[in-house]
Parts: sequence; C-alpha cells; structure tokens
Amino acid sequence: MINIGVLALQGAVREHVKALEAPDVNIIIIKKVEQLKEIEGLVFPGGESTTMRRLINLYGFYEPLKDFAKQKKPIFGTCAGAILMANEIVGQMEPHLSVMDMVVERNAFGRQRESFEALLKMDSIGDDVQGVFIRAPIIKTVGENVQVLARHNGDIVAAQSGPFLACSFHPELTDDYRMHQYFVKMVRESRIHA
Amino acid sequence: MEKQVGTDRVKRGMAEMQKGGVIMDVVNAEQAKIAEEAGAVAVMALERVPSDIRAAGGVARMADPSITEAIQNAVSIPVMAKARIGHIVEARILEALGVDYIDESEVLTPADEVYHLNKRDYTVPFVCGARDLGEATRRIAEGASMLRTKGEPGTGNIVEAVRHQRLMQAQVRKVVGMSEDELMTEAKNLGAPYEVLLEIKRSGRLPVVNFAAGGIATPADAALMMQLGSDGVFVGSGIFKSENPAKFAKAIVEATTHYQDYALIAKLSKNLGPAMKGIEISSIEAKDRMQERGW
Repeated sequence: MINIGVLALQGAVREHVKALEAPDVNIIIIKKVEQLKEIEGLVFPGGESTTMRRLINLYGFYEPLKDFAKQKKPIFGTCAGAILMANEIVGQMEPHLSVMDMVVERNAFGRQRESFEALLKMDSIGDDVQGVFIRAPIIKTVGENVQVLARHNGDIVAAQSGPFLACSFHPELTDDYRMHQYFVKMVRESRIHA
Repeated sequence: MEKQVGTDRVKRGMAEMQKGGVIMDVVNAEQAKIAEEAGAVAVMALERVPSDIRAAGGVARMADPSITEAIQNAVSIPVMAKARIGHIVEARILEALGVDYIDESEVLTPADEVYHLNKRDYTVPFVCGARDLGEATRRIAEGASMLRTKGEPGTGNIVEAVRHQRLMQAQVRKVVGMSEDELMTEAKNLGAPYEVLLEIKRSGRLPVVNFAAGGIATPADAALMMQLGSDGVFVGSGIFKSENPAKFAKAIVEATTHYQDYALIAKLSKNLGPAMKGIEISSIEAKDRMQERGW
C-alpha cells in the first residue's frame, strides 16, 4: 500500500480523498503534524490560502512541511495549495512554504463572478481536461527546472518540478481523475527511487 | 479556449472551498481585517450585525454599497453580502459590486412575501437559509449553491440552529434509506422538488455545502455544529459583540478546525471574557422570529 495524505486544515478535503482512491492507495486525512511520518505523498487541497497558512503556523506544521518537501516526497497542490507551494507571490512580501520555483498571482482572473470552466490540453496528462477555476491564481513565471504542463489563453495553469505538482484549477471537483492518477504514479515512482 | 462562467460547478465549488471554515459578519474594513487575520475563510459585509438589527427594529435592507466596497478593498478573502428575500435589484446591485457570494437572507426584512429569487439567473452564487429539507431543496431548485441553517439570528442561542441541522440531517438520512418508488410521496410531504430528492438519494448527501448559522456565540457552539455534521459555520453577532473580538475570532476558527479535540477547545475557551448576553427563544414572539421569514 502507498500512504498518501490530504492536508485537512480547511478546504475541499473530501473531494481529493475520492479522487485519489485506488486499490493500492491508503488515504490519510492529515490534521496533526505527527501524521506526516506515515505518508509518502501529500495533497494541499483548494480552500483559502491565507486561512490555511494561519492554521499551518498555529499547529506547528510549517517546519515539518518544509522538511517533507526537502526529502523530495511528492506534493500536489490545487489552487490555494499551489499558492502555498510557490516561492513568490505577487504583491506579498513573503511566500508560504516556498517548495516550487514559480511566481503565482492570487485571484488573477478576478472575483467569483469571473470564475469559470474551460477545457485544457495538458502535457503528461492528456487532452480535454476540465479545468474548474474558482477565484483562481495563475502561475506568472516558472524557474528553468519547472515544466509547464498547461496553459489557458497563454497563462500557465499547471506545472511540475520533480516531485512537486501544482495547478491553479480544481481537478478534484470533476469526475476526471487523470491528474490524481498521475500524482499517485509520481508517489509510486518516488518509492522505487528512494 | 472557450470559457464558461457561472456554471453550477463553479458556483457550488466556491462553497466547497470554504468547508471547515468560519465566515464572519463584519460591518467595516477594520473588522474585516480582524476577521481575516483570525483565519476567517470569508466575511459577510453588513450594515449592522443581526443582534443590532433585532434591537433597532424597522426595515433592514442591503448595506450601503460604500460599506461593502470598503470591506472588499480591505481583504483578499471572499466577501459575501446580504440581499433581502426576493429583492431582485438588491441582488443585482451586489452582483454588480462584484461580491463573491450573496446571502438571500431572512436577517433582512423580506421584499417579497411570495417568491424567493430565481438564483439560476445570476452569475454570482447564492447562499440561503433553511430549517428543514423542504426549504433546503426548494432553495437548491431555485439555484442556491450553498445552504446554511437559519437558526435564530442575533440571539446568541444555539438551540434553533441545532434543531434545524438535526432535522435536515435526519430527513436526508430518511430519503437515502427510502426506495425510489417512495420518493414522490416524500417530495409531496416535504414540499420538496422530486429531482433534488432523487439526487440526494443517489449521492447519499445534499448536493451543496451546508453551513451552520444563527445563534453561534462560543467556540464550543461552533464545535457542536461541526459535530452535528455542518460543513462550516457562520458567526454573526457573536464575535464583534464580545469583549475581545480578535481573540474570540481566533478561538472560534480553531474550535471549528479541531471540533473533536476537546482539550484544545477547553484551552481556547479560557478567559475569553463574557460572550454576548443572548436571548431565550420563547421570549421572542413568533412573529418576531427571523426564521419564520421565507418559505
């Protein structure tokens, strides 16, 4: 079995749990720092990034999450999760966990009335991926070791850097679990290399 | 590539992202910042909190747009705002202002005594209050993308929110356990749209997020509502009517996240100062109960 965690401080946790389901995957809902020891891969769900960050600090998750990333254990962040992973956030002095070499801009498409769905063509994942963008960020730029996986009208909306996968939309809100399957594969492969 | 705005998935999904969080009533930019700093997932922009509306009497309307705008400019978390039940133009004004969610709310004086808004017409999503599964499913069929218990707003008394959440959960369980050929009669009895009941039966749960609201005054109240199956909580008068709003707000956020960690809730309930005084429900005449508004 592969143990994969979903960080459950706030946000759409249940949807990720459902999307990750596979015969060889054991999903752990992470509410306490100690639980990080049990898992080989971790999902940062969508939600409110400022709220999640406050709870990360409050419960002493900050350093343990940085360590988790330093050990090159796979992390997958969607929307707010991607914001937590970026090493620069437009208009903010400090990033959050800074695990991926990319610059993100929060609420880049505008307010909720500008939230939208669109089909995406994704490298490594496939075509016609339903992108659900809710007060979504965009990835403004990526570092040279970061691979762009998808763009929407030119804006980067998904990227990967080794064991780290981030997207600005919500694959967990659809029935298309290809991104989650791809992440599970990343976790499986990281185990072989470890 | 072509994009579609205002789809059910985008509107309901926005509420999914709020799960496990606290949405706080605020009346100015300063309060909004305190709420954001405390870890609120969204704020509800209002002219007066429900307990003040109750005290002031008269007609309660949508807040002055300058209040809503000041709050929108003060925080980066989503901003919600209330429109009167059935007030098409207040709702359109809030949509034009770019609020992230509209609460078609019984806390304000209803503008229409017969019809709720046709919420499918709007790009902006709506949250509505409900006391039972009949109201909940009617609101969903009208296009609400999120629900909350009505409770009894501005009382600091949790009993009505508990009643409404328990009833809705029990009615959902009943529907899930029924055979499909029994559903039409249940739809008739509840005054519920058949298709929504069918969806609940097949998926095993409500198709939209359901928060608790109306009377939450302490961290323990918030944790209680989470334990009863709420997806998150709205706190109205409780926070900014307490002695130390910043501390109180943080305690409510933590109690909502860790609603089963009783040692933690004990710790954060200490020395919060007096909660709002509260009102015993039986002392409010039936005609003055906000939960009786809407249908």
